Amino acid sequence: MARTTPKRTSPTTKAPKPDRATPRGKAGSRAAAQATPAASSKPSRGGTWDYAPAPETVKVAIAEHYDLFINGEFVPPREGDAHFDTINPANESVLSRVAQGSPEDVDRAVRAAREAFPAWSGLKPIERAKYIFRLARRIQERARELAVLETLDSGKPIKESRDVDLPLVAAHFFYHAGWADKLAYAFPGRAPRPIGVCAQVIPWNFPLLMAAWKLAPALACGNTCVLKPAETTPLSALRLAEICREIELPPGVVNIVTGDGRTGAALVSHPDVDKVAFTGSTDVGKRIAKSVAATSKRLTLELGGKSANIIFEDASIDQAIEGIISGIYFNQGEVCCAGSRLLVQESILDRVVKKLRVRMASLRVGDPMDKNTDVGAMNSAQQLATVQKYLALGIDEGAELVLPGVRGEVEAQTPTRGFSKGYYCRPCFFTGVQPSHTIAREEIFGPVLSVMSFRTPEEAIARANNTPYGLAAGVWTDKGSKIFDVARKLKAGVVWMNTYNKFDPASPFGGFKESGFGREGGVQGLRAYVKLDS
Amino acid sequence: MSDRLEVLKTSKLFIDGKFPRSESGRSMIVHDRAGKVLAHASRASRKDLREAVEAARRAQPGWAGATAYNRGQVLYRLAEMVEGKAAELAALIDACESGAPGTAAEGGAGEVRACVDRLVAYAGWADKYSQVLGCNNPVAGPYYNFTVPEPTGVVCVLAPASPSLLGLVALAAPALCAGNAVVAVASGASPLPAAVFAEGVATCDLPGGVLNILTTQQDELTSHAASHRDIDAIHAAGLDAKNTELVRAGVAENLKRVVVRSLDRADWFDPRLCENPWWIEGFVEMKTMWHPASV
Repeated sequence: MARTTPKRTSPTTKAPKPDRATPRGKAGSRAAAQATPAASSKPSRGGTWDYAPAPETVKVAIAEHYDLFINGEFVPPREGDAHFDTINPANESVLSRVAQGSPEDVDRAVRAAREAFPAWSGLKPIERAKYIFRLARRIQERARELAVLETLDSGKPIKESRDVDLPLVAAHFFYHAGWADKLAYAFPGRAPRPIGVCAQVIPWNFPLLMAAWKLAPALACGNTCVLKPAETTPLSALRLAEICREIELPPGVVNIVTGDGRTGAALVSHPDVDKVAFTGSTDVGKRIAKSVAATSKRLTLELGGKSANIIFEDASIDQAIEGIISGIYFNQGEVCCAGSRLLVQESILDRVVKKLRVRMASLRVGDPMDKNTDVGAMNSAQQLATVQKYLALGIDEGAELVLPGVRGEVEAQTPTRGFSKGYYCRPCFFTGVQPSHTIAREEIFGPVLSVMSFRTPEEAIARANNTPYGLAAGVWTDKGSKIFDVARKLKAGVVWMNTYNKFDPASPFGGFKESGFGREGGVQGLRAYVKLDS
Repeated sequence: MSDRLEVLKTSKLFIDGKFPRSESGRSMIVHDRAGKVLAHASRASRKDLREAVEAARRAQPGWAGATAYNRGQVLYRLAEMVEGKAAELAALIDACESGAPGTAAEGGAGEVRACVDRLVAYAGWADKYSQVLGCNNPVAGPYYNFTVPEPTGVVCVLAPASPSLLGLVALAAPALCAGNAVVAVASGASPLPAAVFAEGVATCDLPGGVLNILTTQQDELTSHAASHRDIDAIHAAGLDAKNTELVRAGVAENLKRVVVRSLDRADWFDPRLCENPWWIEGFVEMKTMWHPASV
């Protein structure tokens, strides 16, 4: 087992020094991996690849500051100059200034949504559908611009925002547009009606995709919305506001109020809101649940996870390795359903760990705007600090860190760019993890994997389910009956069998247990946005 | 004075398939509608609630693992048992339930008939709801993708005062048919029909612990149920504003699924309103599974 970092030290200070002499563009991440004692004891096999810089060249206009989108207009916040910076986590430069929505601004937005509700919900359903189809089309047409903006504001690799986020955003609107005039078929025996004004608070990990997950079903069902994007990633939602104007969506149907947690709190506690939908941490979700307890507001919550990825000895190991890699390192691990607990059958543990290390070392970490980048920047300094806290905790508790994710070592690992700024964290994993370790229990939300082993399927299931969370899980085996048996027994809302981190608007997403309730996507996702009782 | 003294029954709790008295030793006096003492009933404590939840937790995997066909048959058997106790249950309802008109369709006899029909309806749903609530999903890629409902786990039922028995049955049956285990707390105002119903449950092949029934002053247990971390869901009706808020705040404890209904007495008798898969839907978790479908 590799020991790359001495125990009981902070990974920031005592991590192995990368080889600064590595020439840029040569050998790349392999060279970086070899610079660590662990990797040099396990030389990589096969050839290494050179990557020339491949920067995304589409330029996107970003205004100096943005106002709130209320009743179809961009309006300044009531409290005069209440704007805050939104920065590019790849280089810490200020991208723009965004309005801090006050309770008064939230009130204006909710009133606009309330006033728009009768006409929007009373619209002929096929007309409502056509507005949403228009949204989908316009998003497709402006996809590259939106992808670039998303990457600049969030730090995620352009490869992912371009090939995953944006196609899914457009698909989500397209899928839900078609439901608008078919809702009676979704709820046999009932006459579904819209709920009213929806307060929707979304996270920073998939900024525009989460906006789509919230807005598309709400609009299709005839509701009006006030959306609060995450503090660190407001720009793509504001661009979506522009698109709402372009497609002539009636004013007030979608309102976007930017701001920090205070704005979100004001929104969910606004008395004229009928429905609250939140995606984010379990702690905040519980606070919201408490704050709406005395009201008749409907609530859906999509919260945290600590998802298990189980690999049996009879799996296709190479396929599984790819799934494990994408399961935890996709979007820098900033994914609520990330497969952050790897459960490996004991007989193949050494093989899996070896392969995992080789594959992990080949990930290119660096400039999110480079088309070759696999792992971009963490979303914020705060999130990077959180991840570093867990890395230190993991070491403290006695787990062994393989390839530490450390700020400052990025340069050596990325052949295409050198960095002096930005919130980077190299992908890494822990071995020797006990189920009681903090890193095996708490959501880290970073590129940090905990590797554990098991002997029997029963043990794997018990350990996978031994968490208050229940968002997702992965199972890898080529034996059909075993995969169904295990999948059936896992307490998780999404189970990926011989695959991981696949998403589709037709496929419901959401958790068991403390990962929340309600689904997003599919026919089941519509349930959160209709009233059924007559 | 008659020459034979009547043997009076103090009703007991129903936990884990057995009939214990409350561990607290407490009982409560049950009055009829005229205010006359009708009988005594065991008064469950917080500890009885905890024990019932533990029993439900133990029993739930087995019940969920039974085939849907089997769950349906057991619930149908429960309907048979209730039919057999119809006269006794109807008399108790007419004697002590507020709002129950003595003889009309919504009186005791009518309420018991509605209970039987409700159980038959959900017995039938046991092997059908997943076909209505679940589906295949046409994802844009070479994957086989489908969504199936799975039971939430342990569901606590807080039954209304009127109709006390139909309310309890209507809240419990949808959760049971989907493979949940239930801890039902009967209304304190009318505990006897629930206690006699428990005798039917005990003889209907429902495994011990799958349906537990507590009689008590319900208010006393509401906040404990709301904050209990091993209760996965609450299905309640007839709560006042304070208790509604208490129960809804229980979401913040462990992300409990909470459904609080507010129905008029007549609504409970309406099959269109109460016998449909949307009553089950609150007590299932949708699991979506993906598998590659290409080589």
